[in-house]
Amino acid sequence: MKANYGYKDGSGEFYITIDTDLCDGCGKCVAACPEKVLEVTEDEIDPLADDLVARVTDAHRKKIKYSCAPCKPTGQPSNLPCVNACEPVAIAHSW
Amino acid sequence: MSDSKETEYWRWTESRWTNPDLDWKDGDIISAGVDVGSVSTQSVIMVDGELYCYSNRRTGSNSPDSANNAMTWALEGTGLKLENIQYSVGTGYGRVNVPFANRALTEIACHARGANFMYGPSIRTVLDMGGQDCKAIRCDHRGKVTAFLMNDKCAAGTGRGMEVFADILQVHINDVGKMSIVEDEPEPVSSTCVVFAKSEAVGLLRKGYTKERVLAAYCSAMAHRVVTLLERLGVENDFAITGGITKNIGVVSRIEKELGVTAPEPKVDPQLAGAIGAALFGKALVEKARKKG
Repeated sequence: MKANYGYKDGSGEFYITIDTDLCDGCGKCVAACPEKVLEVTEDEIDPLADDLVARVTDAHRKKIKYSCAPCKPTGQPSNLPCVNACEPVAIAHSW
Repeated sequence: MSDSKETEYWRWTESRWTNPDLDWKDGDIISAGVDVGSVSTQSVIMVDGELYCYSNRRTGSNSPDSANNAMTWALEGTGLKLENIQYSVGTGYGRVNVPFANRALTEIACHARGANFMYGPSIRTVLDMGGQDCKAIRCDHRGKVTAFLMNDKCAAGTGRGMEVFADILQVHINDVGKMSIVEDEPEPVSSTCVVFAKSEAVGLLRKGYTKERVLAAYCSAMAHRVVTLLERLGVENDFAITGGITKNIGVVSRIEKELGVTAPEPKVDPQLAGAIGAALFGKALVEKARKKG
């Protein structure tokens, strides 16, 4: 299941996509993120499942452009710690 | 002295309903779903997965009160009491504030499940246009979410935006959709931003636009904005719409035209989708607990 966390506003589209079919809940992305954007919880989109998956926290969901800015200072895709930490390649950034 | 009560153009009608063909006392699993949205609150009670009773009312400033009031009104005249309900699920913006809920679930999962119930297992894409946000959801034949995209940072294309326009143009909110269907379709408004709605509307009226054409311009911009959200996720047939804006033919017809799809007509109030899905999850969670023994 592809969960797109983020928003579109006047300055662009900012979504972090987590593929929960690939995510194994290992938590390495949570540790890698310097801004605490991510967390591992019960899959809220599939209430009947028991596995844990990563998601963007509610605190950051509507401001990820700013939360993620320290890792992409020029605004261009670069070596993002969360993406690098994820072995199953479950995380993607739209900008 | 004349009675000058100001007409509230934005006020839509609250409603409740009881299924005349069901007796809750014959049921096995009684579950409830309460969707406390930013604009409206629905309380749906299901008996063995069938709609038993519901209410749909405006959300007040206090979420727990809104949940309690919606539930009380839904149960009115049925003889059913809160204690008889085995499992209640809260969803929506105020889901953590439903005092009697056994669990809170995200409205994304609930809307997919609700749309599956309302429109059938062929639905693969659901567009929810709610009071304050829009969601695009992809699901499977069971109503299980396979992808989603939401924009809750912007009120354009939401019920709140519609209320503002209805008020500015002094058109009752129920009539906005029908009135926006015009012969010569105008350009969509340049800015859908609800903050600038008044200036946009005044500007167009000054240019000689009729109220109908202003509404057409706004509905057209709303539809386009929502279509870009959907296209980002990808639209797979069959396509369905939930949420209050489903009742706005002006937006719905323009979305259908732009996407080249037709959305099925709702047989149940489309604002109920979240609460219906929540009640169905409640039933599933009771069944899951029973299996565990």
